[in-house]
This record gives sequence, C-alpha cells and structure tokens, in this order.
Amino acid sequence: MAIKFQKSDKPIKIEGAHDMPPMPAALGSMLFNKTGSWRNVRPVIDYDKCIKCFICWKFCPEPAIKIVDEKPVIDYDYCKGCLMCVEECPKDAINEELEGK
Amino acid sequence: MKKTMMGNYAASWGAQLSRVQVIAAYPITPQTLIVEKLSDIVADGELKAKFIKVESEHSAMAACIGASSTGARAYTATSAQGLALMHEMLHWAGLARLPIVMANVNRAMAPGWSIWADQNDSLSQRDTGWMSIFSSSAQDILDSTIISYKVSEKVLLPTLISFDAFFLSHTVEVVDMPEQELVDKFLPPYKPEYKMDVNDPRSFGALTDEQYYYEFRYKMQEAMDQAIDVIKETCREYEEITGRHYDLIHAYRCEDADMIMVTSGTIAETTNVTVDTLREEGHKVGNLQIRYIRPYPKKDILAAIGGAKKLAVIDRNISPGYSGIFSQELKSALYNEIDIPVRSYIAGLGGRDVKIEDIKDIAYNALEHDEPNDLIWKGVKK
Repeated sequence: MAIKFQKSDKPIKIEGAHDMPPMPAALGSMLFNKTGSWRNVRPVIDYDKCIKCFICWKFCPEPAIKIVDEKPVIDYDYCKGCLMCVEECPKDAINEELEGK
Repeated sequence: MKKTMMGNYAASWGAQLSRVQVIAAYPITPQTLIVEKLSDIVADGELKAKFIKVESEHSAMAACIGASSTGARAYTATSAQGLALMHEMLHWAGLARLPIVMANVNRAMAPGWSIWADQNDSLSQRDTGWMSIFSSSAQDILDSTIISYKVSEKVLLPTLISFDAFFLSHTVEVVDMPEQELVDKFLPPYKPEYKMDVNDPRSFGALTDEQYYYEFRYKMQEAMDQAIDVIKETCREYEEITGRHYDLIHAYRCEDADMIMVTSGTIAETTNVTVDTLREEGHKVGNLQIRYIRPYPKKDILAAIGGAKKLAVIDRNISPGYSGIFSQELKSALYNEIDIPVRSYIAGLGGRDVKIEDIKDIAYNALEHDEPNDLIWKGVKK
C-alpha cells in the first residue's frame, strides 16, 4: 500500500484512497496554503514601545508570531488578523492597519 | 500463573501486561475497580505509565486520543452513561485511526437508574468505527485486552471490549496470567508509522473536504475487512504461546445441530451448559457465540450455521421500535445466503438473571415453533 505522508511546498497530488494516509493527516500542506490572505486588519509591532515580554507570542492562536533575534516577529504569510496580540499587549505596542489598496 | 480474580481485575491486569503507557479514566460503577487497580499498579511502580485523572469520560477519551496520537499505548475503561458521554470522542478515535483499547462494563442505560448488566450501552456505539468484542469470561477479558492491542496497532482501529456488569465484572474466576516476558514477545512496543511529533510537525484531523472525506471512510471499511484476517492470525499466534483458542465467533456443538442458539456475553456461557443438558435430553442443539460484532464475521457465522434448520437469538439489548440488535445483524447476514427461520428473544435487560431454565424455555419454544418471529419477550411480567 503506497501511502503518502509527506511535506511539500506545492499542492500534493492525490489520485485516490491508496495515495492517502489512513487518517486525515498531512493531506495538503500549510507550507503553500498561506492563510495570511484571509486578513483584513494587519497588526504591526512598534519596536520602540515593545518590551519583549512575548505575551503576544504566547497568545497568538495561529501561532504566527515567531521569536527572531530575541524579538517577536509577525509572520504575515499566516497571520489571520484576529488582533488578539493587539488586545493582549501590555504596552499598546501593536498597531492596527487596514489591509487593502 | 493461575490466579483468582474478578472480571474487572482481569481487565486491569490485561492492560498492565500490555504495558499501556497512558491511562485516563473517570470512575463509574461497575467499572471503577478496573481503573482503581490500575491506579494502584501505577502508583506502586509496577507499571511505567501516566495515570491521568480527568473530569469526565469525554475528557478520558480525549486524553487517550492525545496520547495515542503521539504514539503512546493508551487505555481507558467505562460503563453505560460514561460510554455515552464519550460518544463524540469515539468517532474521533475511530476516524483518526488510533489503536486505543477500552473496556466497557455492560450496564443498563438510565433511567431507571441501574447499574446492572445490559448491552444497549456498547451497541449504541456500534457505528463509531471501533472493533467491538463481547467477552464472556474473566480469562477472555484478560486475553482479549492483550490480543486487541496487537490487532488494533496493526489495522489502526480502536477496540472496545465489553462484558456484563456483576455477572462478570464482580465475579471471581480462575485466570491463567501469561508471563510478562511471553506477552512482551507477543506484543512489542507500539511504533506507529504516523504520529504527532513536535520535531516533525504536520496537521492532524484538519478540515477535510468532500475530495477526501469519502476515501477516509472507504479506507476505514478496508481496515475493518482486513481486521477479520488479522484477528484470526493474531489469535492463532496467541494460542501458540498460551494454548488458549479465540476467534471472532465460538461455535459450541453446532456441527450437527438442527437448532442453533445465537448468543453473546455471559449468556453465551450459560447457553453452553444448557446445550449440554438439552443434548442429554436428545435435542440436537448448538450455541453460536458472537464475540465480535465489528468487524462482523459474516462468513464465519454462515459457515457455523451450516445445515441447521432453525436459529434462536437471545439479545440482552433492544433497539426500541424494532428488535434485538444481534438478531437484526444475524438476519441481515442470512439474507440471500441461508433461508431458515430465525426466532428472536429478548432476555435479561437491566441485569435480570438469565438462568439455565430460562434458556431451556427459550430452546423449547424455538424447537416447538417453525415460524420466524422478530420479537419474543422472555419472562416479561405483562
């Protein structure tokens, strides 16, 4: 039984049941399915105000906030714009910007 | 090593011998002793496992799902209302194809509040994608637990092992406990091909649209079909090391029988004894015990029925509005295959005792009447 249980940055081609793992797992890939396109409000961190408490990193449900060079960095490829980080930031260091042209 | 033990403890020791790694459970009569014993075993350091106390049966199954997803061998036990509360999670465990093994002490659904034997609780979970066994002795419970982990881990389907409240859960029997080394050889550690791993993240159970969902159901059915052979093969392997024979069904004196009783659970054991008495009286009867209701061993059942002229099913359960559930399953298996009358009896609901005399009455009734009958209430006080 040829079973695909793979990672890919392109859509995985599945012909039928025998290409699939037994359970609904790793069917497509979040590597190409970029949910950031759902966002209409963009949270932007003001690093002058940021105290690097990482509360935003902890609360991000996606999780689309990463720690890069000891700073919280939002990954806009996956951030859906729920703004939980804005709500939770104790220093009001995350601003809201409308997406769109 | 031979030991005397209650059916419940046979379940506990079956889990211990299987070296389960995570036990998550919530107490409910008459299951409590199973997990109480396991909690002792873990606390005493006799089993290296995590015992998780949870706030409900729904959470118990959720914890087992989490544990099993990461590749741990997970175990729980419950009964009646507790099993019903797990219902949503049972579907999840089935479709996530997690080899969890669970004991369910068959207890009547409330109200009226009852703690006594009745199969409606586990039969209500028939379509959740679990393999489902009805055990009929303490030895059967212990052996089935060990066998089920091996089968489940091979076909990636969970197993539910049910047995009658009190008649089996709290009755002391002699049980031959296999040596741990023997079990270890038979049941090596679970090494799943697919598991949740933080170092190799993947999505599990994510949104699955109509492009794939249908195929997952197909694959589950394929696994159930495959399970029939895997169960047989695993039982044979187990027989080689223990000398004890198990199968999806147990046919007792059926070869030359004119009339076969179809039974499950503890009623099956009483029926075996009844068959012996009836044979002494000159009646050519047999007893066909259904051990697995899922996967349903249709071929084996048809083969065991062979040339019998009549069947009498005894159900300690009822699907209100139709009939006993084992009876419905049997009739659907016979259709287009064997054309003989089936007489269906309900008996022992809510823990009412089904004695040898009761089964004899049923047998005489079935022997006397040739017409099929969907629903006969044995011993109901009208």
